[in-house]
Amino acid sequence: MTLSNSVDRGPLFFRDRDWHPAAYTPGYKTSMTRAPQRALVALGSTLSEETGPAFGQSMIGALDNNLVMNFTGQPAVGERIIMHGRVLDEQGRGVPNVLVEMWQANAGGRYRHKKDGYLAPLDPNFGGCGRTLTGPDGSYEFLTIRPGAYPWPNHVNNWRPMHIHWSVFGSGFGQRLITQNYFQGDPLIDLCPIVNTIGKKEAIDMLVAALDMNRAIPMDCLAYKFDIVLRGRRQSFFENRKEGM
Amino acid sequence: MVQRLDYLKETPSQTAGPYVHIGLTPNALGNPGIYPEDLGRSPIRDGAKGERIVITGRVIDGAGMILRDALFESWQADADGIYPANDPRGQADPAVTGWARVAADFDSGIWRLETIKPGRVPFPDGRLMAPHIAIWLVARGINLGLQTRIYFEDEAEANAVCPVLNRIEHVERRLTLLARKTAPGTYSLDFRLQGEGETVFFDM
Repeated sequence: MTLSNSVDRGPLFFRDRDWHPAAYTPGYKTSMTRAPQRALVALGSTLSEETGPAFGQSMIGALDNNLVMNFTGQPAVGERIIMHGRVLDEQGRGVPNVLVEMWQANAGGRYRHKKDGYLAPLDPNFGGCGRTLTGPDGSYEFLTIRPGAYPWPNHVNNWRPMHIHWSVFGSGFGQRLITQNYFQGDPLIDLCPIVNTIGKKEAIDMLVAALDMNRAIPMDCLAYKFDIVLRGRRQSFFENRKEGM
Repeated sequence: MVQRLDYLKETPSQTAGPYVHIGLTPNALGNPGIYPEDLGRSPIRDGAKGERIVITGRVIDGAGMILRDALFESWQADADGIYPANDPRGQADPAVTGWARVAADFDSGIWRLETIKPGRVPFPDGRLMAPHIAIWLVARGINLGLQTRIYFEDEAEANAVCPVLNRIEHVERRLTLLARKTAPGTYSLDFRLQGEGETVFFDM
């Protein structure tokens, strides 16, 4: 317990901003007016980044991680899949008890959002959001419908690959991360300007969920594995001692 | 060859996109029925100690357009400068959760944060930072969530010695983080993503 406390409280690893997408990525047009031009002011994390909100099991409903059933109680239409994985830190340790939220389009690529006017119809039994807390080893699991690809107004004929949006908390506010996963083998991944805001192929590969036949349930649903890695924490022996831990 | 360090890389960020509300504020969006209420509706409960304040503002892009699809989260200490979770220095005011999720209004683009003014929190070397609220801002077009802070213009003495504010080399840019007092307990601050008056964003 003492060890995990000291792990939870150390300074955060510095972000590798050449690994993440840059702010200004003209292939993704909206970034052009929403990217800061001035350099970020860089300094080590403080208590404001090393602490962060904690969430309890009591706020999670029984169907919150079941998008097939959680909107009306009647099953949604589409390819039934389990999305599972672990939330890890950069040292490879599971991050327990953290909130994982996700949202997505339905099987036809239509979002339940008043600003989405795509002609594909809504599914009356699909809301499109889920949430859960990670287990003691950082693991999480959702049952959902595989989302469809959809067009978006960037270049004339851009289509987003199938994807789910993910929002993840660590134990510190400075670990806060939003990302998207893609699905193994989708030919739209290589063509997508949002995917290609990421410069490194190995970084893009981290977002591609693998088909996981071992977690599929025969005659019921397929499964994909998507692990999420958050910033680690420094554990300098001397720094920890200085703070009395 | 040398030994492998065996670190994992952080999962790369992607934009939250235009429909972030489906996942994070479904009830406010108009998608009720999945969650009883949206998380982070308020960082305080009744009885929270400290000065009640309201901060309002807008998020503005490099062409002067107000974003209607921006969302940010805030994280702050209680009135005594203790964080409500994972703070090694002690227990915070139980009526302060410290965390809020704030979406810009779909029509006006104005956001509103009702909270208490936080106390001062120490920098790693022990010097006190000025009262501030940590902000993490996402939207369509933002590839990696932007870290910034809200400070208060009426905390001039504390601001003058804040180790973080003093790290900002261009002194006039420190003003982009100061919420202006518009009435007792009421502040205003715009986040400007790009260009003239661009908000200071951090890599922390």
